[in-house]
Amino acid sequence: MTDDTLLISMVVLPFVGAIIAAFLPTMARNAESWLAGTVALAALGCAFLAYPAIAAGGALRAEIPWLASFGLTLAFRMDGFAWLFAMLVSGIGFLVVLYARYYMSPEDPVPRFFSFFLAFMGSMLGIVLSGNLIQLVIFWEMTSIFSFLLIGYWYHNASAREGARISLTVTATGGMALLGGVLLLGHIVGSYDLDEVLSSGNLIRNHPLYLPALILILLGAFTKSAQFPFHFWLPNAMAAPTPVSAYLHSATLVKAGVFLMARLWPVMAGTPEWFWLVGVAGLSSLLIAAYFAIFQQDLKGLLAYSTISHLGLITTLLSLSSPLGAVAAIFHMVNHATFKASLFMAAGIIDHETGTRDMRRLSGLFRFMPITATLAMVASAAMAGVPLLNGFLSKEMFFAEAIETHVPSILDTVTPYVAVIASLFSVTYSVRFIQAVFFGPPPVDLPRTPHEPPFWMRLPVSLLVLSCLVVGAIPGRTIEPFLRLGVTSVLGEATPEFSLAVWHGLNVPLVMSVIALVGGALLSFALKRYLATSRDGPPFFRRVKGQRIFDRLMALVANDGPRFLERYLSTRRLQPQLRLLVAAAILAAFLPLWRQGPGLGGLTFPPVFDPIFTLVWVVGTVCAVIAAYQAKFHRLAALALLGGAGLSVCISFVWLSAPDLALTQLLVEIVTTVLILLGLRWLPKRVEGAMPVPLSLTTRLQRLRDLILAVLAGLGMMLLSYAVMMRPAGQTIGAYFLERAYTEGGGTNVVNVILVDFRGFDTLGEITVLAIVALTVFALLRRFRPAPDSIPPPMQQQIQRKFDVAAPDRDDGATLTDYLYVASVIMQWLFPIVIVLALYLFLRGHDLPGGGFAAGIAMTSAFIMQYMAVGTRWLEDRLRVLPLVWMGFGLLLATATGLGSWLFGYPFLTSHSRYLEIPLIGEVPAATALLFDLGVFSLVLGATVLMLIAIAHQSIRRIGPARAANEAEET
Amino acid sequence: MELVLALGIGVLVGSGVWLLLRPRTYQVIIGLSLISYAVNLFIFSMGRLRVDAPPVLGPAGSDLASYGDPVPQALVLTAIVIGFATTALFLVVLLASRGLTDTDHVDGQERQ
Repeated sequence: MTDDTLLISMVVLPFVGAIIAAFLPTMARNAESWLAGTVALAALGCAFLAYPAIAAGGALRAEIPWLASFGLTLAFRMDGFAWLFAMLVSGIGFLVVLYARYYMSPEDPVPRFFSFFLAFMGSMLGIVLSGNLIQLVIFWEMTSIFSFLLIGYWYHNASAREGARISLTVTATGGMALLGGVLLLGHIVGSYDLDEVLSSGNLIRNHPLYLPALILILLGAFTKSAQFPFHFWLPNAMAAPTPVSAYLHSATLVKAGVFLMARLWPVMAGTPEWFWLVGVAGLSSLLIAAYFAIFQQDLKGLLAYSTISHLGLITTLLSLSSPLGAVAAIFHMVNHATFKASLFMAAGIIDHETGTRDMRRLSGLFRFMPITATLAMVASAAMAGVPLLNGFLSKEMFFAEAIETHVPSILDTVTPYVAVIASLFSVTYSVRFIQAVFFGPPPVDLPRTPHEPPFWMRLPVSLLVLSCLVVGAIPGRTIEPFLRLGVTSVLGEATPEFSLAVWHGLNVPLVMSVIALVGGALLSFALKRYLATSRDGPPFFRRVKGQRIFDRLMALVANDGPRFLERYLSTRRLQPQLRLLVAAAILAAFLPLWRQGPGLGGLTFPPVFDPIFTLVWVVGTVCAVIAAYQAKFHRLAALALLGGAGLSVCISFVWLSAPDLALTQLLVEIVTTVLILLGLRWLPKRVEGAMPVPLSLTTRLQRLRDLILAVLAGLGMMLLSYAVMMRPAGQTIGAYFLERAYTEGGGTNVVNVILVDFRGFDTLGEITVLAIVALTVFALLRRFRPAPDSIPPPMQQQIQRKFDVAAPDRDDGATLTDYLYVASVIMQWLFPIVIVLALYLFLRGHDLPGGGFAAGIAMTSAFIMQYMAVGTRWLEDRLRVLPLVWMGFGLLLATATGLGSWLFGYPFLTSHSRYLEIPLIGEVPAATALLFDLGVFSLVLGATVLMLIAIAHQSIRRIGPARAANEAEET
Repeated sequence: MELVLALGIGVLVGSGVWLLLRPRTYQVIIGLSLISYAVNLFIFSMGRLRVDAPPVLGPAGSDLASYGDPVPQALVLTAIVIGFATTALFLVVLLASRGLTDTDHVDGQERQ
């Protein structure tokens, strides 16, 4: 397997798996687990395969150029550090899948879980393996989204929804900042390529934009890694299913922040700004979260705060800007991932087998689940930093770094003290975790009787705990080569000498460890009684909650603020808004003209003055003005007059050598009129003279103001279009299309060739919009019922009905059905003729006026005519009208035609044209654009028919009995 | 010719804007239709007005300058169809609004 396929498949496989997982049946818990497990193992296998090349000192790269001129390529890159993380992400991912198989209950919809899980894993691998910063940010955002979906997996649970929402808001806001930071970084370096960025450290650190870029990138990293003061989302995210917490908060999501800081460490660290910003956030998270963790009553809450604290430790190590600090940071990332994943899983087992996570209720579980208890004890000892476990090693390295002086300052002075106190706290909460859950008297009235979990559920925990032990006992033979690989790829030549050993002799760090261990144990015994009954949360700080501040802020940004703005700067009423919009538009057009002069001066008076064209427009404008005047009280008249204005437009198109436009306009005119006619019956009756006859002064002034605005807008448009039309046309791209329409597009109707060939992608977008609008109309009408008819049936119809009912040989409504019988027969007979016309328009479209758009609407009018002639029910009993199918077919065909050109190695939507010899008919032009045009035709037909008949169907809908009764009561 | 068309565009826009600022939904829909006519004509006129220009290409070698500019025409052609779709959407929204609020005022309630 080549490097390219290796790297790309590592990222792509999980997403493919996610799509497959989404479509498996709901009950397929085993199939889903097999799928997800296989995918995770495959990713792990890819990482294994890549090891020899990485160990040889190289970084694997795979690139797919995209917009190379903008420096945007899809680039994957795996060096030692990325490899280390890829191993963690896929390895722990596999264990979590195994665990989740037994954790998720059969009632949970597992396809959703595994689908999101795999997609999340893919995004995380994407971050780790990105060789391009922009790409990294995209995967970063994807982890935010998928973690949102995973945390909110049990969305029937309010706290899950809340937790998901908070985590998305915080991490996505951070992601936005990160994007800004990365753009600045790319601007400084001149490239987004990670290799180039990593080799321009001095340039970055000395650039004036260094500080803004640093702040923005750190905002991204801190929010993701839940560093103080953005830490509050993480405890809220504990509402997620435990496998999710075990994965997100050990090896993946929260590690993305510290991963990024370590990745950019060689080029961004080493400045006082870095030291202060990163150091303050790291140290305060380390200390505050450790303190908070002691006082949690929820098992997962304790682990959540402990995660924040350990991430704070890593951040602090990175802030020191010393190579050994970076080594310790990377080492602790790995160690924390292993022991924290196992602890979360253990907490999940306890929750699963007892039904509660509240430490006040849990007690003495050791006798029920001795194996789980032992595993959890080892893992929390690693968390506390007990010797012979992995947590001890990285903590010793941290202490050793903390006592060194890096940047002489008060922060540097307090670091060792904070480090010892925080570790002391960490010992306290670790002891508490074990002591409260596994020891003491047997538990009373638990929701379930506790017992050992199934072997396979415990296996992942066992494996992780085993690795904690092995790494802690013989680090030199297990983790060291891999760690060295990772560290070397980050630090390069600055890689310091370091040795991982359990025993470094009697030195200051060891003394610090002893103080922390003894002090922590003592503190936990001192607090034992208080904690057995205390409320959740630390004393004094219970009321200060980051989440509450966040809620206030959100309320201000999303609710109170906009409401304030709306109240004082805006309005809910449409008319003032539109008035402002029109006024702004007039001003925007007027200002440039004011500054440069209207430019009408040098224009000659139009030489051509055609009396007939003028007459057309006299009629057109009179129609428009009367329509405007009558639209309130005489809707039908206004509609007819609107059609008059439309006809003037249509005639103008013919006159001005645009037969395609005229054809389309004429056909659209027909369907628009039918459409609005269909809607008229549900508008309320409006009688002239209902308003007080002498209008009030305000109303008159308002109307005057609107009139002035309308006249100004009209005058402005007139001047503008006149000024443009009287200027000679410059060189436009029209000539390009005229030259190539026949030679390259194979058609002589240039407008159609542009639509289906040169600008085919635009057209594809436009027909998609058309489809979306049609579906929206359809969906709206399915949900909403229009108002009941505003007026009773006309007198004529009432008399006819009475006659029908009275006559013994007639059915109710028979006369109405026979209404315009001759006309309706003619209309029925016209059906095939209009279809032939539509086909004719379609087929000749490439060379003569016509084409998919015009033909589609012509065909629509054929259907509409049938509806009008024979009525909806009669027609649909006899003719299958399937607009949704037509639309889908059209969109698929148009897209497939475009994709087809890929098969021949051409870009999307390249068309091919040639002449075909057909017997009897002779030589006919055939272009693949014709297929595309067929898609356009089918979609336009489907969309317009769908919209029209969706409205038409409202007429034959009955109001439900409940609503009818309601309305009868109201009236 | 140009003057007449410019006047036509102006009147269409003026009537349309007047209707746009009226309180009844039906007035607004008619107004929007009038404005869309005007806008289509305006875009079309960007290619300048040509009378009796051949609409389709003749035999090879004919003078390209004798044809009108096809680009604005292609733009307007799709605009006409999309215009129909938005009119339909607006019509449905106004019907639904009338059904829900029992009024055809643009704000969903009569002014006090």
